[in-house]
Amino acid sequence: MRTKRWLAFGLLAVTLLLVSCSKDLPQNTMNPAGPTAQTEKNLLVLVLWPAALVFLIVEGGILLISIRYRHRKGRDRMPAQLHGHTRLEIGWTIAPAIVLAVIMVPTVSTIWQLARQPADAMQITVEGYQWWWGFSYTDPDMQTAYGDHGPIMTADVMVIPAGRTIDLSLTSLGGGAHSTNGIPDHQVIHSFWAPRLFGKQDVIPGDQTNHIVFSADEPGTYYGQCAEFCGLQHGRMKFRIVALDAAGWQHWVEAERQPAATPTEQLAKQGMDLFFGTNGEGGQCIQCHSIGGTDAAATAAPNLTHFASETHQCFAGCDFETTDEAALKAWLADPNAVKLGAKMPDYGLTPDQIDALVAYLYSLK
Amino acid sequence: MATAASVPAHRGIIRRPTATTGWLSWFTTIDHKKIGILYGVSAFAFFLVGGAEALLIRAQLAKPDNTLLNADQYNQIFTMHGLTMIFLFVMPMSAAFFNYFIPLMIGARDVAFPRLNAFSYWLFLFGGLFLYSSWFLGGAPNGGWFGYPPNSTTDPSIGMTFYAIGLILTGIASSAGAINLAVTVINMRAPGMTFFRMPVFVWMGLVVQFLLAFSLPIVTVALFEMLFDRRWQTNFFEPAAGGKPLLWQNLFWLFAHPEVYILILPAFGIISEILPVFSRKPLFGYQFVVFSGIAIGFIGFGVWAHHMFAVGLGPVANTAFGITTAIIAVPTGIKIFNWMGTMYGGDLHFDTPMLMAVGAVSMFVIGGLSGVTHAVVPSDYQQTDTYYVVAHFHYVLFGGAVFGLFGGIYYWWPKVFARMLNEFWGKVQFWIMLIGFNLTFGPMHILGLGGMIRREYTYPASLGLTFWNQVATVGAFLIALSVLIFIVNAIVTQLRKPGLENEDPWDARTLEWTTSSPPPVYNFEEIPVVHALDEFWHRKYAEDKEGRLIRVPAGASDDAPDTHREHAIHLPSPSFWPLVAALGLPVIGYGVLYSWWLVGAGALLAIVGFMGWAMEPPVAD
Amino acid sequence: MADTTTHAAPAEHTSTGLPSTKLAMWIFLASECLLFGALITTYVLYRGSSTTPPYQHEVFDIAYTSVSSFVLLASSLTMVLSLVAAEKRDFARMRLWLVATALLGMTFVGGQVYEFTSFYHEGLKIGGPGSNLFGTTFYTLTGFHGVHVTVGILMLLSLVGMSWAGRLPDDQAFPVEMVGLYWHFVDIVWIVIFTVVYLIPQPKPPGT
Repeated sequence: MRTKRWLAFGLLAVTLLLVSCSKDLPQNTMNPAGPTAQTEKNLLVLVLWPAALVFLIVEGGILLISIRYRHRKGRDRMPAQLHGHTRLEIGWTIAPAIVLAVIMVPTVSTIWQLARQPADAMQITVEGYQWWWGFSYTDPDMQTAYGDHGPIMTADVMVIPAGRTIDLSLTSLGGGAHSTNGIPDHQVIHSFWAPRLFGKQDVIPGDQTNHIVFSADEPGTYYGQCAEFCGLQHGRMKFRIVALDAAGWQHWVEAERQPAATPTEQLAKQGMDLFFGTNGEGGQCIQCHSIGGTDAAATAAPNLTHFASETHQCFAGCDFETTDEAALKAWLADPNAVKLGAKMPDYGLTPDQIDALVAYLYSLK
Repeated sequence: MATAASVPAHRGIIRRPTATTGWLSWFTTIDHKKIGILYGVSAFAFFLVGGAEALLIRAQLAKPDNTLLNADQYNQIFTMHGLTMIFLFVMPMSAAFFNYFIPLMIGARDVAFPRLNAFSYWLFLFGGLFLYSSWFLGGAPNGGWFGYPPNSTTDPSIGMTFYAIGLILTGIASSAGAINLAVTVINMRAPGMTFFRMPVFVWMGLVVQFLLAFSLPIVTVALFEMLFDRRWQTNFFEPAAGGKPLLWQNLFWLFAHPEVYILILPAFGIISEILPVFSRKPLFGYQFVVFSGIAIGFIGFGVWAHHMFAVGLGPVANTAFGITTAIIAVPTGIKIFNWMGTMYGGDLHFDTPMLMAVGAVSMFVIGGLSGVTHAVVPSDYQQTDTYYVVAHFHYVLFGGAVFGLFGGIYYWWPKVFARMLNEFWGKVQFWIMLIGFNLTFGPMHILGLGGMIRREYTYPASLGLTFWNQVATVGAFLIALSVLIFIVNAIVTQLRKPGLENEDPWDARTLEWTTSSPPPVYNFEEIPVVHALDEFWHRKYAEDKEGRLIRVPAGASDDAPDTHREHAIHLPSPSFWPLVAALGLPVIGYGVLYSWWLVGAGALLAIVGFMGWAMEPPVAD
Repeated sequence: MADTTTHAAPAEHTSTGLPSTKLAMWIFLASECLLFGALITTYVLYRGSSTTPPYQHEVFDIAYTSVSSFVLLASSLTMVLSLVAAEKRDFARMRLWLVATALLGMTFVGGQVYEFTSFYHEGLKIGGPGSNLFGTTFYTLTGFHGVHVTVGILMLLSLVGMSWAGRLPDDQAFPVEMVGLYWHFVDIVWIVIFTVVYLIPQPKPPGT
């Protein structure tokens, strides 16, 4: 009978091992890919040892006591009526206090270490909307080469150079759709979390800007999602961080600084006309979306300048792969049907219009 | 035998009822024991509803990209699951035990304010029904039990307005109950029952009432502010007007952290009663256990921002609260050692109450350890808002509190209902529940560290966590099976004729076991005179020089009833005014939602209720 | 089996010697300290945070509010006088002073209603378009207090009515003392509110 309980405990002990062993989990906190997540993991592992020891002593103790002193039929003993043992009790009050105090030392020093914002870090502003993420590269050497030379802006995927320290400024900018009086709709609290790179910090609307400082050790794709309940589609507000090697990063920055490509192919041109409403048809897109180097400069929805670039792997809150043409078409046909509550309205587009728009979007490399 | 007085009263607006039996008497009762049963039955019913909500959650999460529930339905269900389990199950079930047993354990005939006691029950029930009526009136609360604005204040569905009003109503009920029970414990103890001769269950009860009395007002203010923001577009949490969403979080957690101790201390009290009885030796270190309970009460108000480590309070605040959180682990943890010390060297009888109590202790330890990992602030940046936290609090709340409460149910069932629950099926329930519970929540540690956030209605297969989600779902249905077993056990038990062969079936230690089962309406023929901690035990057993027990021959007690004194036992009559007054408040609540006329009607009803209550005579004459 | 007759209970014996109702009232007032503490904290947190007018210095009339504060303070005096009379078993005088207390309380509440109405006409709103944090927090804090005063007035008038109809227990001073505790508490809270809200100036936004 007792073995069943041991099985349960054993299961728990094994689980933690299993978590750290599994390499396939895209959001595994126990498989860090950068110093911030590594530091956070190290602290956890440090604490898990004394925790495991306490677990074994206490649960083992309860088990042994239960077996040793269980009532045996026919043997009615009256046990000694111990009321307590003051020195023992003081001892087992002080001992845990000491263990905890010891644990608090690296804890506190790590709190301060992680709060540091190095002056030479690359500055990126993270914008939380219901239910997608926008990224704005605010460093002077990340300005676009067109228009009023604003920051490079992307959505769903944050591209960074591997190995470089990044300082994220987290802002909540609301619901994306039609804002009133210039105040964004539905600014709510979000939380920015890419488990393999860093623990989360909340994104608070108003004048509070939280920071996350991190770097990615190696080039690769790292997955994350919003981690503070923010309404209907909280569970599908995802993002990715793509870390590039030095050459890839140079290439990417150069491409991003350029304005959007003007399509040459016929269908894509039709799509562009629809997008901007050039021929009196369509034109709703530019009410919310922006395309670099054009008049479309609204910020209520993702920036689509380089929608089809190689690093822009996903769209609509990073819920669908950009290369998934069927998903893109379904989204354009009725966003709310594929993502309940999506703030992009259903514009009643015909399949032909959708095909044209898709062609245009895919031309935005 | 009550002398039925049926002469119409001259005083009071309407004749005060006298009947203490019959179905109507349940609506007018002010007897703490009946009220305890009302709380218990209502709480259990809500437990089943909350459990159904949990099963829906687990069914939805059994596979990736599942479409059993859509996002909107899921958000309502997980919100109601949390609200139901916390406010409509654990708290009122604890109230059931406090109401029934505190007066008996301190040798009193009832609580200090019996009608206020009834008012608290009815307002709790009406508040819970009010909250649930939202399903039919536009949508249930969907912003999480913690209701963070601006999401909760800007959500277009009506649900979060029901949330704000509903919790204000139940909060008033709990506050009134808190004052009532606190005064009862402080002021109505039998002669000789000093504070340090009170059972630990009563001590934990006392600490809980003070936690309630001081934490509820804070969240009440927060709830009014949320209500005003939603209903009248005030600016408390509106960033555009300069409002700070974090104000809600601070006010909320100032309440909600003490709340977690409100949820666990009753179970700690029950465990502290069960372990000594079934180990046949006293609680090891009574004073340490009492003082650690008091310490938790105080320190519990100093750790609230550990729920906010990732909101950007800054390193100073995070350091301070990390340290206070580590500090509170000490009084919480040492109780475990005291309980182990109680069992050590004892003669352990593993009847179902004991299994539940030992199960509660061992499961709580796991939750406590994961709690300590939360105190390691930078690691908490990874843990918070993930399933790791869900694992932690279910281990302490389900593992600790729910197992503890079931222990109390099995332990005290014979006292309340004069029948014993079936032992075999009780053990079956325990083991299935233990296994199911660990299968459900154990894997959640992996889910959390493996990258699964809380409160998401679905997840992709690419997350790689499908398997453990499935395990958790299987576990949840096992828990449901165990609860079903309990329900059948309870029904079959109650269908038998009442009557215990042995009115002290567990050879217990405390005063409630000196009465008949169930106790008469007046509890004690004679108010007992108390000479020691574990008074009842010491009437049965004395200790020799080596601390060994000798059975006291019957009749050697020096508490022989004083047959010379003529006495009558004074009991207040039942009353329906508490119910009437309580009914006025949810009517005001509906009025806030729909119409000022309803507000007026509700206020009038409440005032009439309170006036009738004030003016009725203490007894019908 | 004991004879449980339903008589009126004799004076209760309590473990502390303190009557249970008094103990309950003190615990209740302690919890009310936390209620008002949270409301005042909200107000103080948002001092000077309004992004739009009207602001505190534009609407307040300190002289007016001082007078109505004095009225409320005076009502505590009449409350004490009522209790003194009750203890002397001069119940007619007790009722007189209770009525005076209630009237002073009603004057205070009436004064607040007038004050709020005039603020509203000057553009200070609790919520909705054109409202600001000052309006939200001011009306909420003082409104909660006003509701507490109103409940107190209802209790005072109930005492008067029940005493006059002979429905109070023999020791009439006791319920008067209990209501008195509540009334004095509400008065003390007003002193804190008056100081924090009216007397301590808020930082003026730039340009005003």
